[in-house]
Amino acid sequence: MTLRSASDAQYQRPLTRLIDVAAGPLWLQGHEAEGGYQALKQVVKEFKPQEVQAKVKDANLRGRGGAGFPTGIKWSLIPMGPDAGTKYLVCNADEMEPGTFKDRLLMEQTPHSLVESMATAAYAIGAQTGYIFLRGEYVVAAERLNRAIDEAKAGGYLGKNILGGGWSFELYVHTGAGRYICGEETALINSLEGRRANPRAKPPFPQIAGLWGRPTIVNNVETLCNIPHIVLNGADWFKSLNQGKSKDAGTKLYGCSGRANKPGCWELPIGTTARELLEVHAGGMRGGKKLKAWLPGGASTDFLLPEHLDLAMDFDTIAKAGSRMGTGLITVVAEDQSIVSAVRNLEEFFARESCGWCTPCRDGLPWSVKMLLAIERGEGVPEDLDQLAKLTRWLGPGKTFCAHAPGAMEPLQSALKYFRAEFEAGIPACSLPQAGDTCHLPDSGRRPAAKPPNAAPASVS
Amino acid sequence: MSQTVMKLADLPKLQGFALSDDERHEIEHALGHYPDGRAASIDALKAVQKRRGWVPDEAIPEIAAAIGITAAELEGVATFYSLIFRRPVGRHVIKVCDSISCHLTGYDELKGELVKQLGIQYGQTTSDQRFTLLPICCLGACDRGATMMIDDDLFGPVEPADVSKILGQYA
Repeated sequence: MTLRSASDAQYQRPLTRLIDVAAGPLWLQGHEAEGGYQALKQVVKEFKPQEVQAKVKDANLRGRGGAGFPTGIKWSLIPMGPDAGTKYLVCNADEMEPGTFKDRLLMEQTPHSLVESMATAAYAIGAQTGYIFLRGEYVVAAERLNRAIDEAKAGGYLGKNILGGGWSFELYVHTGAGRYICGEETALINSLEGRRANPRAKPPFPQIAGLWGRPTIVNNVETLCNIPHIVLNGADWFKSLNQGKSKDAGTKLYGCSGRANKPGCWELPIGTTARELLEVHAGGMRGGKKLKAWLPGGASTDFLLPEHLDLAMDFDTIAKAGSRMGTGLITVVAEDQSIVSAVRNLEEFFARESCGWCTPCRDGLPWSVKMLLAIERGEGVPEDLDQLAKLTRWLGPGKTFCAHAPGAMEPLQSALKYFRAEFEAGIPACSLPQAGDTCHLPDSGRRPAAKPPNAAPASVS
Repeated sequence: MSQTVMKLADLPKLQGFALSDDERHEIEHALGHYPDGRAASIDALKAVQKRRGWVPDEAIPEIAAAIGITAAELEGVATFYSLIFRRPVGRHVIKVCDSISCHLTGYDELKGELVKQLGIQYGQTTSDQRFTLLPICCLGACDRGATMMIDDDLFGPVEPADVSKILGQYA
């Protein structure tokens, strides 16, 4: 057995070091030979659950699903002790954030890592049952995870009395059937229970009352995959993985897609700059074009500009610049591509994927699409700009049941901020010479201002 | 390739739907994963769809009974999720990613080529029942945009020029 040590240079990429896409995934024997399941053995034999929790908290691991909530703190809210009763661990593997393709890599190429990670995390929180909530389209991942689960069961790493430690844990793959909203933690729980994926009110938080009303932890795939390495090598090692680039700890699966030369996904120290992602790893912009704008981590993050490329890609730094790191896989837009069209595409996505539960989201998102389509066709009216700006507030944080609509407003509000002239160019009244720099002319009459879909009649008397 | 589209009136009328032994077995297997039968809703709907291509109205009460919930509750679930098909689909379902990364890497051209070659729009099926065309949100393969899935197979990057060769793989 060649258990890698923390000093091994390759171990600076703990999540992906065993990945060889050409060779395919390591199955149980190969995974064990590379040190797999050592962390699970260690926790079952040597650690109390709370000790594992403390390690993860000390490591300052923050959730890799997009929100960046500290995993150790999330875990610390779950009731522990002999009276805690049935608890669940759920892996959010519903990777559907446009522009994100990192969890697919982990699940397809190193399925045993996720299985071991879930068993280790389940031990830490005292869960007896786990579910991997996997999006339905990830058929290869489903097949490989199910095989890994069967092998792990046969190897004594799942099931009853795991490794003779008197603790039992069953793990199942649950595949979804579409709908982006399933990635929202409480909507995911409803979906897993066999209900429509409408989000739930918080509180109570899932840690107290989640799946079937029981204490439940929901963690992202990448987040979970860090756990065995933190167990084996400690919090200080994990913190050192950032190579001093960030206040955040560990590595991050970054990526780049859109108009780049060599789109891809890479594990790098957290805090690596977006410039390094684009220029070094993705080989720069395709066709020698200039970068116009970029989304830091998915459809629900604010656009940033080329001048932001040197920022560290971590939770706090990108937030300070007015966006969010989100999933950390950047999407790049080239100088000759239309921002209005990109935003229209994004809002069409959000409008279609709204669960319809609350009014601002259900009606506001299609309304924004209507106006954006008109502007894209060059048929916008001056009121559209004000109305779009209003929507970014009406659908903003605190106005809706969950984060879907506020997330949808992030690319829109940033596009309006940075590329207002592009929107105005799609509004004929704005491009008349006397209109000056800003658009203030009254409705030209070419098209009535778009009304919200299903708007109530003006008068009912 | 056929240029006509199936009409609503052509929907097959089913009499006396019954779950096959195979479907029942798969549903019972899924029920073993959960403490509450309702949680097997999606698995059960998929068990039927896998074998019949779609989930007919007549199947809903049968599936609901098998997992112990009401038909109305299951209908609510079956109509919420976009990958549960409630109308017949062709032998192969094409799902074209229309999210941002593919939008930036040739989605419009890919969709245009598919529409041209198949002679159908989104939500429609070719009259020879060979293909159904649907949009789908981000397939998580953004490094390979523009992408699409046909049944369980992922393709990307797909140039318009590749389309006829890819379609030719599906009878």
